[in-house]
Amino acid sequence: MNTTPIIDNNIWQPEFECMAHSERKALQLEYLQGAVSRSLRNPFYKKAFADKGVSVDQIKSLDDLQRLPLTTKADLRDNYPLGFMGIPRNEVSRYQGTSGTTGKPTWVAYTKNDVENWSNLCARFLVSGGLKKEHTVQLSFGFGLFTGGFGLHFGIEKVGAAIIPISSGNSDRQLTCMHDLAPEILICTPSYALKLMDTIQGGDIARSDLRLEHAFFGGEPWTENMRTRIEEGLKIRCWNNYGLAEVQGPGVSGECAYRNGMHIQEDHFIFEVIDPDTLEPLPDGEQGEIVITPLRREGFPVIRYRTRDIGYIINDGVCSCGRTTRRMSRISGRTDDMMIIRGVNVFPSQIETALMRIDSVAPHYMIEISRPNAMDEITVHIEIKPDMFSDSMIEMHKTKREIGAAIHSITGLNMNIDLVSPNTLKRFEGKAKRVVDHRNLVD
Amino acid sequence: MKIQQISLFLENKPGHLNAICRTLANNEINIVTLSLADTQQFGIVRLIVEEWEKARDVLEKAGHVVNLREVVAATVANTPGGMAEILDTIGKAGVNIEYMYAFTYRHESKAVLIFRFDDPDKAIEALTAAGRDVLDAPTLFAK
Repeated sequence: MNTTPIIDNNIWQPEFECMAHSERKALQLEYLQGAVSRSLRNPFYKKAFADKGVSVDQIKSLDDLQRLPLTTKADLRDNYPLGFMGIPRNEVSRYQGTSGTTGKPTWVAYTKNDVENWSNLCARFLVSGGLKKEHTVQLSFGFGLFTGGFGLHFGIEKVGAAIIPISSGNSDRQLTCMHDLAPEILICTPSYALKLMDTIQGGDIARSDLRLEHAFFGGEPWTENMRTRIEEGLKIRCWNNYGLAEVQGPGVSGECAYRNGMHIQEDHFIFEVIDPDTLEPLPDGEQGEIVITPLRREGFPVIRYRTRDIGYIINDGVCSCGRTTRRMSRISGRTDDMMIIRGVNVFPSQIETALMRIDSVAPHYMIEISRPNAMDEITVHIEIKPDMFSDSMIEMHKTKREIGAAIHSITGLNMNIDLVSPNTLKRFEGKAKRVVDHRNLVD
Repeated sequence: MKIQQISLFLENKPGHLNAICRTLANNEINIVTLSLADTQQFGIVRLIVEEWEKARDVLEKAGHVVNLREVVAATVANTPGGMAEILDTIGKAGVNIEYMYAFTYRHESKAVLIFRFDDPDKAIEALTAAGRDVLDAPTLFAK
């Protein structure tokens, strides 16, 4: 455990972040009972609890959490669009969205209280990673349905710092802004930071003309090697945080000044790590699938949500920062075939949906991801079918463009389309392995 | 008055074109002429063969993606200006050429042009009216 701080050690809500274990456990139990009650307004949980033979009054200790049903992304999809909403429509304050598995997004609702809590939780990791009231922040996450943009916006506002809501894209404009408005803090995906680094190295604006000191990265998996590369290349310090829209968005956990893993905001979330095959709980320190129960959410009360993210819990005593919460590792992989490309979640099934717009029976395909320079590149190899083939090159280019446009309309990403001969892509027994990822995301 | 052309999808990989030619050779099918359209990623090979049905069947059986297209074959004088004259006729008729290729074949003083038109019937009409030689399959493949 690191015992020397890298930056000043600041804590946004010490009354919660540093509370005694026993006190927090009591609070978690009380909140859990509330979360379960709220979830029971939803027919899915009514049935799931009945199937397991559990009722709210049987939840007498935190161990009883194990008796509750797990929730998967497929459950959310089966109850599309708003089957998991815990409140009447007129109590919703905000909707955000995240990619679904079949082309339709997963909608998540927030009440006023949810937005308030979310803002404080974002403020917690921002402050622990060095954000101060007097700072200016360039917020280069997309503003829109993606939880990164508005989630962080309200967190920064909570702290009282100045926000430049520049959103994502257009590197030259990003650098002009970084130069002219002189923000100390940058928030974006780590791969976008690498791109900005390349833009600075080849452009007119010198690093010495920028005031940049810190960055917060999220939205996609990254590694310690990437951190070293960005910290040395951009001469800044970068901080990791974690979250997902299904349980809130960013602010679920984040690093402190000592960088001993990401502190889990345990007064708002109960974390479990399970074996994704047997679904049995795993002890702290063992790698498995992270399962999260948000305790305070009103708009979207999910119970034991299977994140499909792989990581482990660090529980080696109280961190030198003073926070008493357990911490989590970096995410080292996924249990499903979801890909995170330039901060966007993509499922192979979305590619299949797009291909079926071109032809009612999707051709055999394979997805290849690489990171040749800074940015992720994705190529979809498609085995050509007779009715996709034409003797005219103009027609062939048109087909390629149509496939690209269909994929873009579903995923929001531009992908390279590569047409190949029939029966040339590898076949698999049973479940097809559609994705080949050449990015090195694990140190 | 139209000729059947066979087109195949061609991946830019060593040996792919040879695999097609080998399949035809093994089935004793002679390629009268061919044209290749290529991009960085893939290509289209277009073939004129006499036994096009047999060629299509054996190529499909060998796992190739095959497309059939009716094209127009016309002859021009194998002298300077021969091509320009026929293009004048086509241009005046307002027909668009999607692609074309040329070869000489048992017509020593003449070249054969293969056209894919956006409106082949209109093109044939204009060519015939201008006194151009539009070839049907028996004439083209005559020994």
